[in-house]
Amino acid sequence: MFTWPQWLATFDSRPKATCVSHDPAHLLSKVVHCAPVSLTHAIRHTSVADPSPAVRVRGLHKRFGDTVAVKSLDLEVRRGECFGLLGPNGAGKTTTIEILEGLTPRDSGEVEVLGMRWETDGDRIRARLGVQLQESEFPDRATVQEIVRLFRSFYPTGSTVEELIGFVQLEEKRGTQVRNLSGGQRQRLSVACALAGSPDLLFLDEPTTGLDPQSRRQLWEVCEAFRAKGGTILLTTHFMDEAQALSDRIAILDHGEVIAQGTPLELIRGLGGEHVVEFAATAPVDEARLRAIPGASQVVQRAETTLITVEDLARAIPALLDEVEAAGGQLATLNTHQATLEDVFLALTGRALRDE
Amino acid sequence: MSEPSPLRELVLTRIRAFLREPEALFWTFVFPILMAVGLGVAFREKPVERAVVGVERGSAAERHLAALRASRELKVVVLGDTAAARALRKGDVAVLLTGRDRLVYRFDPARDESRVARLLADQAVQAGAGGARPVATADDGERRPGGRYIDWVIPGLIGLNLMSTGMWGVGFGIVQARNKKQLKRLVSTPMRKRDYLTAMILARLVFIVLEVPPIVIFSWLAFGVRIRGSIPAFAAVALLSAMTFSGLGLLAASRARTIEGVSGILNVVMLPMFVLSGVFFSSSRYPAVVQPFINALPLTAVNNALRAVYNDALPFSAYWPAVAIVAAWMVLSFVAALKLFRWQ
Repeated sequence: MFTWPQWLATFDSRPKATCVSHDPAHLLSKVVHCAPVSLTHAIRHTSVADPSPAVRVRGLHKRFGDTVAVKSLDLEVRRGECFGLLGPNGAGKTTTIEILEGLTPRDSGEVEVLGMRWETDGDRIRARLGVQLQESEFPDRATVQEIVRLFRSFYPTGSTVEELIGFVQLEEKRGTQVRNLSGGQRQRLSVACALAGSPDLLFLDEPTTGLDPQSRRQLWEVCEAFRAKGGTILLTTHFMDEAQALSDRIAILDHGEVIAQGTPLELIRGLGGEHVVEFAATAPVDEARLRAIPGASQVVQRAETTLITVEDLARAIPALLDEVEAAGGQLATLNTHQATLEDVFLALTGRALRDE
Repeated sequence: MSEPSPLRELVLTRIRAFLREPEALFWTFVFPILMAVGLGVAFREKPVERAVVGVERGSAAERHLAALRASRELKVVVLGDTAAARALRKGDVAVLLTGRDRLVYRFDPARDESRVARLLADQAVQAGAGGARPVATADDGERRPGGRYIDWVIPGLIGLNLMSTGMWGVGFGIVQARNKKQLKRLVSTPMRKRDYLTAMILARLVFIVLEVPPIVIFSWLAFGVRIRGSIPAFAAVALLSAMTFSGLGLLAASRARTIEGVSGILNVVMLPMFVLSGVFFSSSRYPAVVQPFINALPLTAVNNALRAVYNDALPFSAYWPAVAIVAAWMVLSFVAALKLFRWQ
């Protein structure tokens, strides 16, 4: 599906910081191998067949002055799925989603949202969209209830204000002013407003940036609940664990282009192995011997440690221990983690997702 | 559950945002009253000051001492020649009566105070000598409410206040909402754009109900300044003016991206009116050539209409041109703002 000619170099250039996920479950997975994916993927729904996809984009172009933000972008989001746009800052995610939201005009290309076009059906599209902007704020001194009621008033149909507040679990904060809400509560308020018109399609732009792990989980749960009711979500994120946890399918964006597309599992399988073993030994082990370990596909020597991509840990670890012993050394450290979209992005671009 | 109206919710949101901001409240309600107090104190009814007249000891003036002292408008000081010269120089006496054979008034004709003192002293001297008054006259020095500076300045202050709270309030509110991407968030919903702009103006109408009566009541209680015309007419002019200035605020903020940007625009628009539109002194002091321009300014028209009702109790037929100018500004600014407005 794609190739990564510079796999060695890319793995090597991976900065330490990218391993530090905002999600403790991810850190945990390095040791105990519990994938964050399993938590949320349990409740997936297939939606009723609809003739038109939720979003269809063909050959989308957008430039700002000399900067090309989006370059011949093709996308198709099916009804009822959660589609993730994953990419580093500046990859064109926000530009793309704002074009789809009708907020930014495009230069060229075709865009259809819910089978309609912005040029002719702007009002009808807007009535069926839920939008959460990357950086939108609400009036500081308005309360949760007042803001939800305001947004609800813009739509002819939809849930009641109380239902919306309940849906994002802000019942206890309904009388609280925005300035006294936490980041996570504000973000859920923002989603409640996005859901005010019972939208068919929900756009979420970096919904959990800056949130603590617990707040992220709460927001993810809200997304899942919306999905469970048959809603479609298009989200952008630069957190690979978020894309992995929420999305049925993912498009990886870099420099305004889609460089890979597929389900999270498909993308990771493209790497050749599902696990990464990272170790350091007191005596050097010959690289050729490491490659001979059962199921090993990639070996990367780094300053302190060596990384091996393998298919099956149960077979690879004992073989690795044997090799270390045969070389006359002892293990200093041993870590494993499940290969992630982060590894996929590194393999494709030679850069970390969150190189900042 | 009844369907909430977007316009109503937008107006309520705006009013709440304002009422919950203590600083905004202070500037809107307290500042105009402080201003009225300041001006009221500065131009309060002072007891009539007597002109100070110096009489040089041993001069021809001493003969008229009794006549001078009999005048209630004069305060007479008798001084030696060196002291008298110094007192005149320092302005302690407004005029010095001196002379050997003939009575001489020594004073600085450039000083109004001295010229008045000279006339009063001469009057007293002539009267004391039994001088004939060929024309019989009488004085009426009673000070009447309605004709004082404070009476004139209060409607101007109200106009100024309508302008500054309207333009700053709407202008800042919009730029802030644009900066924080609140506008962008709103236009991603099916909200009608004119509802938003109309709500900004309607919310202002509610605020002026809160901010104008305190000035009116305060200036009435503290200085006896009354609305001489009809109160409904005054209210109507004030409401129209508030809407016009909100419209101008919308226009000023229609493209600005930053608070600094909109502040610059607002200052450029408001400062000339501050000076030209007859807030603190009559705009008739400016040359005739610029009068048509000054009269076309929204604040001049607002002040003219307010004073016509407040001070002069004129009928609508007398001030409708001013009202028409105000209304024209409102329509123009709202339409232009709707066209130019930048939502993100």
